[in-house]
Amino acid sequence: MQCAVPNVFFTDIISTVEFNHTGELLATGDKGGRVNKNPPQFRSEYNVYSTFQSHEPEFDYLKSLEIEEKINKIRWLPQKNAAQFLLSTNDKTIKLWKISERDKRPEGYNLKEEDGRYKDPNSITKLQVPVLIPMDLMVEASPRRVFANAHTYHINSISVNSDNETYLSADDLRINLWHLEITDRSFNIVDIKPANMEELTEVITAAEFHPHQCNTFVYSSSKGTIRMCDMRASALCDKHTKLFEEPEDPSNRSFFSEIISSISDVKFSHNGRYMMTRDYLSVKIWDLNMESRPVETYQVHEYLRSKLCSLYENDCIFDKFECCWNGNDSVVMTGSYNNFFRMFERGHRRDVTLEASRENSKPLQVLKPRKVCAGGKRKKDEISVDSLDFNKKILHTAWHPQDNIIAVATTNNLYIFQDKVI
Amino acid sequence: MINTMECVADAQSLISISLMKIHNSRTQRGGIKLHKNLLVSYVLRNARQVYIKEKYAEIYRMQQYEEVMTVCNEIQELNPLELDAEDTEDEDLTRTACCGEEFHRGSIKEPEPVYYRSCCMEAPLPSPCDQLPVNINMHCNKTTVLDLDTHVVTTVDNGYIHQDCCCDAFQCAQSAQSPAKKRKMDFGYCASDLDDFTTSRKRLKREDCLYSCQDFTDTSNISNLISIFGSGFSGLLSRQADLEQICSKQALAGLGAWTRAIVAF
Repeated sequence: MQCAVPNVFFTDIISTVEFNHTGELLATGDKGGRVNKNPPQFRSEYNVYSTFQSHEPEFDYLKSLEIEEKINKIRWLPQKNAAQFLLSTNDKTIKLWKISERDKRPEGYNLKEEDGRYKDPNSITKLQVPVLIPMDLMVEASPRRVFANAHTYHINSISVNSDNETYLSADDLRINLWHLEITDRSFNIVDIKPANMEELTEVITAAEFHPHQCNTFVYSSSKGTIRMCDMRASALCDKHTKLFEEPEDPSNRSFFSEIISSISDVKFSHNGRYMMTRDYLSVKIWDLNMESRPVETYQVHEYLRSKLCSLYENDCIFDKFECCWNGNDSVVMTGSYNNFFRMFERGHRRDVTLEASRENSKPLQVLKPRKVCAGGKRKKDEISVDSLDFNKKILHTAWHPQDNIIAVATTNNLYIFQDKVI
Repeated sequence: MINTMECVADAQSLISISLMKIHNSRTQRGGIKLHKNLLVSYVLRNARQVYIKEKYAEIYRMQQYEEVMTVCNEIQELNPLELDAEDTEDEDLTRTACCGEEFHRGSIKEPEPVYYRSCCMEAPLPSPCDQLPVNINMHCNKTTVLDLDTHVVTTVDNGYIHQDCCCDAFQCAQSAQSPAKKRKMDFGYCASDLDDFTTSRKRLKREDCLYSCQDFTDTSNISNLISIFGSGFSGLLSRQADLEQICSKQALAGLGAWTRAIVAF
C-alpha cells in the first residue's frame, strides 16, 4: 500500500468514516458533530470537499443529561439522482442530509434594476429568459429529515435496508425500524431490556441489515454472541433465527474475559454469505450457515493479552475497533494501537501490519510492513509491546467499494492509501 | 476458572479501580455509558469472587492453625515440667497426633463463618485485647465496618473493638485507649450524598494517578464507595437500592462486613 495523498488534519477527533456506494465520496464524522465530505482522488493538494455541522450538543432537561454532538455513525443512501443522501447519528437523534452540488447559476432576470430594486411590472415590455452560467462549485447540505425521540439509550448503529426505504437504528437495549420518509414513527423490532434492570447481563453493541435480504438483520452483543433475525417471522424479533456463538476457551479465562469477548463491530460481506465480527483481540469470519464457530479467526494483537490489566486501568480495553471488507471480500482490515492497522488476506492466509503516520505519508511512498515483538530478543525494525503508544489508535477504517483504496482514521488525521501502482 | 496466580491484592486493586470507574462515569459528559459500566461490573464480580474465595481460604487456614496451637498449648500445660526424654518424645508424638487429629477433624467440618473486619493497611499496634480469643484481625488499630443490614458505618480507632468482633465488647471497651468514633450514614442514595462524598474527598484525582492514591485503595473508603452506589447493578441507574432483594440477611449474616459489602455488588 502506498500513500496517495498527504494526511488531512482535522480539528476534532474522528469518530466515523464511510465511503459511499460508488466510492466517489468519503464522509467522516467527528466528535464536534461535523460531517466532512472528501473525494478520494489523486491530487497533489488535498482539500476537504465540504463540511457541515450535523448535530449540536443538546440538553435533556428531564434527565439532566447532556447529549453529545459526536457523530457515532454515518451511512450513505444509494444514489437516486444528482443529489447524495446520508444518515448521520449521534447518541439520540438520526438525521437525513441531502448533499447537492451547484456549479451553475441563473443570470439574466429582468426583474430588478441595477441597484437591486424591483422594477415596476408595468415598465417591463419584453420577456428575457435567464441563462445558466458557470460558477464556483458550491456544495450544499440541507437536513431533510430528523428522526428523534425514539431511543432511551445511546445509539451505536444505523443500517440502511436493501429496499432503500427503511433503515434500522440500534441502541444498547433496543433496535428500531424506520421508514426514511416518516419521522414521527418507528417500530421497535428488538427489545432486550429486562423487566428488572438488575438482571441485565448484556447489551446490543452493533446491528446491520443483510446486504441483499431485506428481511434479515443481525445484531451483536456484549457477550460475544451474534443473533440473526428474520422480520417475516414476527413483528418483534426478540427470538432469533440463528445464534452465532463460539464457546470460550477456559484456559484463557481472566478477570477481563467478558470485556475482551464483547463484540465492537459486525459487518456483512458484500456477497452476503459471510459476516465479520471484531472483538478486542481478534477478527472472526462467520459463515451464515454455521452457527457453532467462526470459519476463520485472525488475531489482531494477541500480545496485548498479557497487558489487559494495564489496558483496563487506562480504559483502552473499552476501545471499540471497527473492521471492514474489501470490495471482493478477499481481504479484511481493522485497526490497532500505535497507529497500526492490519490487513488479513483470507485466501492466502497472509497478514500485514502497516502504520499510518506523518513520516510515512509522503505521496507515493510505499508503506513498510511493521512488526511487533511480543517477547524475546527484539529484532531490528521491530517494536516492542512496551513501546506501543496506546494513545495512538486506529478505530475507524473504510475500504473503497471497488478499488484498493483505503481510508484510515487516526485520532484526528485521515489517511488515504491506495494499492501500489505499477 | 480464573488464573489462580491472581492474588488477593490484585483483586482488591481491581475492585477499587472498578468502583472508581463507576463513580467517574456518573460525571462524564453524555451520561452513564451502559455498556461500559456493565463490563466494569463484570470485572468487579470476577474480582470479588477471587477475593472472597481467597479470604475464606485464609480464614479457614488461620482457624485451623489456631485450633492446632490451642490443643498443643493445652497439652503442654498439663505436663509442663515432668517430662523425660521418652515422655518428651511421646508427648511430641501425642501432640503431633493431637494436632493431626485436630487438624483432621478440623478439615472435615466446614469452616464456621467468622466475622471479618475490614482493616486499613497500618502496622499493628499492641493492644490489651491481644490475649482475648478473638479473630485474626485483632491487631488492627483502625477499622471501618459497613453493616449493610442496618446501614451503619462505624469507624473504630485505637483498639476499641467493634461489636462485630467475637470477643467481649465490655472487656475490650475497658482497654480502649481512646473513644471510638461512630458514624451513621443514611444510605438512601440521593445527589446530596454523592456531593458530600465528592467534597469530602477534597479534590477529584486524575485517573492516571488515582489508582495509586491511598484514598481509593483504603478499604474503609472502598466501603464508603460501595455504600453510596447501593447494591447490585441497579446502583448505576437507580438511586434507591433495596439490599434485601439482592441477598438475604441470612446469607449476609455469615459474612464479615467487608465481604458483605462486596457481595452487595
